[in-house]
Amino acid sequence: MTHYFIEASYLLASLLFIYGLRCMTHPESARRGMKAAELGMLMAIIGTLMHKDIISYEWIIAGLILGGTIGGVISYWVPMTALPQRAALSLAFGALAATLVGIAEYHSHGAEFSRFKMTVIGFEVLLGSLTTTGSLIAAGKLQDLLPGTPLTFKGQKMVNSGLLIMMGLLFLHLIFHPDAAWAMALMVVLAWAFGVMLVLPIGAADMPVVMALLNSYAGLAASATGFAISNNVLIIAGTLDGFSGFILSVAMCKAMNRSMSNVLFGAFGSASESAATGEAGHMREVGIEDVATQMAYARQVVFVPGYGMATAQAQHVVRELSDVLEERGVNVKFAIHPVAGRMPGHMNVLLAEANVPYSQLYELEQINSDFPNTDVSVVIGANDVVNPDARDNPQSPIAGMPILEVDRSKSVIVLKRGKGKGFSGIENPLFFKPNTGMLYGDAKDTLSKLVHAVKDA
Amino acid sequence: MNADTLIPALYIFCLAAFLGYLVLSRVPPLLHTPLMSATNAISGISLVGSMITAGAQYSTTSTVLGFVAVTCATINVVGGFWITERTLKFFKRKDAAEPQKKE
Repeated sequence: MTHYFIEASYLLASLLFIYGLRCMTHPESARRGMKAAELGMLMAIIGTLMHKDIISYEWIIAGLILGGTIGGVISYWVPMTALPQRAALSLAFGALAATLVGIAEYHSHGAEFSRFKMTVIGFEVLLGSLTTTGSLIAAGKLQDLLPGTPLTFKGQKMVNSGLLIMMGLLFLHLIFHPDAAWAMALMVVLAWAFGVMLVLPIGAADMPVVMALLNSYAGLAASATGFAISNNVLIIAGTLDGFSGFILSVAMCKAMNRSMSNVLFGAFGSASESAATGEAGHMREVGIEDVATQMAYARQVVFVPGYGMATAQAQHVVRELSDVLEERGVNVKFAIHPVAGRMPGHMNVLLAEANVPYSQLYELEQINSDFPNTDVSVVIGANDVVNPDARDNPQSPIAGMPILEVDRSKSVIVLKRGKGKGFSGIENPLFFKPNTGMLYGDAKDTLSKLVHAVKDA
Repeated sequence: MNADTLIPALYIFCLAAFLGYLVLSRVPPLLHTPLMSATNAISGISLVGSMITAGAQYSTTSTVLGFVAVTCATINVVGGFWITERTLKFFKRKDAAEPQKKE
């Protein structure tokens, strides 16, 4: 009887999860969907507590309380700008949980595993371990504990291929000799090393893809856990997670016109130095008052935020400026590139937090045709996503990457910290165009000055 | 796990993958960040496996591993859902956002 109750709770949980994700297609329904998914999770937990294999509850309850406290504290305190780090950490936790369940299962009955079961556990432990360390490295890069630039060394590809081959051989050995515990231990250690090696050479600007990809691995590891312990809800939820990560990484790669292998093994930035042509022209610096007047009498102003807006914590001031402009009857829009920021959808959340209604947030395809009708485009801490070279210069390292075509608007204002080339080190001819004006300094500072100047205009 | 249980499991995997593709490719870029934390919370369902490992008393080692796994998975479930709700709350329609503007 309990068996049926447990299976019914799992089935209900699966349905509620799918319904919850289905609701994510629109902000209005999404919150309702999350409530449903939470209910599903609760059902699954209650069902599991009745499982016949569970003899003692103290460790389960201790884990639930400890995990709940840590999870609650993190999510209560984390600022929206630090969301990418939080996401990376949680991927590491999820992958670690899957790995540990796999190892525990192996430790308890590993010697009598069938080949099927060994294969599944092997996948679970491999994917889980490399995702754990990979996500930790990603979190370290996002939190600036590790350098954001790609870390590469000679023979890196050889080392990585070597690791991969050794892991493969150990895995094969385990399938035929499931009692070889040393092979399992060694495989875990190698997978940890591989996870580190996989993410170290990836630059911070490529983080959206890596995050999505690690998300996909973590989901697949959970799904493999489901195969290992014959639990359908785990297979379903893990696969949904894995696929969501996969769809996101494909979308991110498309938004950068790069293949997955190029992101993973290409180590951006290093290739760009040779290709950067010396097109160093004159950058025209403009004054706050001029810009304010231009904006105040414009019909349409489009803001283009990038990661620089997040680091300067400027999203609230941008909203203020947009309010002041709207009061004057200016049409204000926000153009958001899919890879702006450090994780998929990062800029949308930051602006939404600053109370910008989502009807004002435009995607690349929606806004590009609108730039010729725009009087002033304001680029805030974004660089590559507005680089016209991606469209015009086939030699450019980012050639073919879809960009926000701000250079087609009547006037462009670029807010930039300094005169340097910016994060990726790629020259941006937008800065030298005659209709581009540069405003140097801290974005938050500059924007609040603009708010006052527009009020006075 | 043997061939008899593997095949239905593969069916479920393939159907879930297909369903995931249909449902998730319709999520707009606007909501990609909450989507990531939501799927992350949902994959915290590995809690189910961790709980059995922690409570089954196969051996001390597996109980300890299970306990750590329960902790990690719970962090994701609680943290993932909470963050998702926090971020989703920010997304407002035009008329809903207006009255809350201050400063």
